Amino acid sequence: MTKLSDWHIMGALAIAGVVLPFLAPGLITQLSFLWLMVIFALTWDMLGGRMGYNSFGNIVFFGIGCYAAAVVQRDAGLPYFEALALGLALGAVLAVAAALLFGAALLGIRGHYFAIGTLGLGIAAAEIAAGWDYVGAGSGMALPLYPGALGQREFFFCFSLFAVAIACFLSLRWLYGTRFGLALNAIRDDHDKADAMGLRTTPIKVFAWCIVAFFLAISGGLAANMIGFIDPRDVAFAGATFGVWMVLMAILGGKGTLWGPVLGAVVFHITQELFWTYLLGWQRVALGLLIVVIVVFFPQGIMGWIAERRAAREGAAP
Amino acid sequence: MLDNLLLFVQFPPLAVDVVVNGLLIGAIFALAAYGMALVWGVLNIVNVVQGELVVLGGYVTFLLVQWGMPPLIGVPVSAIVMFGVGWVLYRAIVFRVVDKDIFISILATFGLAILIQQLANLSFGADVRSVDAGLGSLHFLDGMVTVAWVKLIAFVLALVAGASLWFFLRHARLGQAIRATAQNPRAARILGIDTARVYATTYALNAALCGAAGSLAVMAWTIHPYMGLPYTVRSFMVVVVAGVGNVGAVVAAGLGLGALENVAGFVLGTEFQIAFVFALMVTILVWRHLRAARRREHLK
Repeated sequence: MTKLSDWHIMGALAIAGVVLPFLAPGLITQLSFLWLMVIFALTWDMLGGRMGYNSFGNIVFFGIGCYAAAVVQRDAGLPYFEALALGLALGAVLAVAAALLFGAALLGIRGHYFAIGTLGLGIAAAEIAAGWDYVGAGSGMALPLYPGALGQREFFFCFSLFAVAIACFLSLRWLYGTRFGLALNAIRDDHDKADAMGLRTTPIKVFAWCIVAFFLAISGGLAANMIGFIDPRDVAFAGATFGVWMVLMAILGGKGTLWGPVLGAVVFHITQELFWTYLLGWQRVALGLLIVVIVVFFPQGIMGWIAERRAAREGAAP
Repeated sequence: MLDNLLLFVQFPPLAVDVVVNGLLIGAIFALAAYGMALVWGVLNIVNVVQGELVVLGGYVTFLLVQWGMPPLIGVPVSAIVMFGVGWVLYRAIVFRVVDKDIFISILATFGLAILIQQLANLSFGADVRSVDAGLGSLHFLDGMVTVAWVKLIAFVLALVAGASLWFFLRHARLGQAIRATAQNPRAARILGIDTARVYATTYALNAALCGAAGSLAVMAWTIHPYMGLPYTVRSFMVVVVAGVGNVGAVVAAGLGLGALENVAGFVLGTEFQIAFVFALMVTILVWRHLRAARRREHLK
């Protein structure tokens, strides 16, 4: 029996990603959101799983991407696609700049202070956007209409987000195999020893956050256009939904593993799509309950659980 | 924004009014923060559900007033009810995360916070609630400075609650057991202290403090289901600045935060008040880190 390698799974997923929109056009919006969730979980896991820095504030970069795209598309006076491209680029630049700034300030802080500090960052960003008239304040911003034929729009954004998800996955996969990936793990396992070994920990941490910010900003600009409307608290800086989901998906799949976040995103998104309609009005209660249950009873995640099972089985056999 | 700042200079009584009212509100923050310091010090967890306990305490008083009780009865009743809620929360969920990684406890209590917030939203609606204590106001400086009686009472009650808790921890048998457990759980267990019970009591005491704070908040200010997280962050900030084991510093930091927040709300506009709270916390964390980093440099 040939062993199932990463490439087989990636190939299968890539084919599914290309073929599914055509096979099931009714599910295309859900599929687009699935790719978004994969990006969320993957980027969160880079700090949370690999580096041991649990961030509640990654949503800030997503929101910056949303708003940068919306503002450029509103004010630049360019045709749709040029404006979108410029907006995405500007969003990425701004988000990376924000990651440099906040990273330099916050990433020196350890442990729970970092977690709560980033939580504050996300909510402060939402509140500032909700009070700032230039970006529509509390009533949010509407994105321009997609110029193509009817139905084309969904395909465009589905494939764009899919491409970003693939790019994100492959870059992280490559990075985790380099010295940089090992440095991230060293920071997680023992920060002081990593320092003592001569690793320049702060630049490494800030660089990692910049990568996270880059992918989140791009996906933010695309998602804003896909949704067609951004609200400061419920779409762009949606700490209570997207911001929590990223953490939950990465933990559900298995922190610090390559496939864990992808698996967690898929499982979470499918569960959510299946149950959410039946839970009318109770969705967020269910979300809170889900967090408690997963964190308290299943902190090792699916991948961690599989690894435990395998270890137990192989340990028992001679 | 600058206009509002200038207003303070041209019209000092206004500044006095804003600062005094802020200080009085700050007593409520100090009360919730004191509970957080207790749980942080004894259980070594950051209790993110703190603010939701405050909001729930507020709703208990709100319901009591709806049923025709006098508002001030709500303070002890909220405290007692929330003591029970805290005990149940601890026995059901929190005890499972006490000795785990600190992030697990943050995330678990964060999940609890979302759960309680949404349940409160479903049961009480998203409206802003307030209770009129019907006590009128005091006026100073020719009516330029208005202080509601209920805020003064809230201030005094918060200080009394803080002081009695301090006395309890210092002199009561159970309080001493709590302090012993905070210092060294293992040694406390060897000496015959039931640490599981101490933990549960500490958590429930914290919830009772939050209940009293919420009850005062609903009379002196307003509550609504989504106001929990700002209270959590305020408590966190106060504890970060004041440290875990210092009652006086917690009270001072709470009052200072209240005054600062009220001034910022006036100068920047109330729509930015919450943003100010969260941005201030980030600033405090960064400042604290920079100070620590400077000390390490110094040691080299």
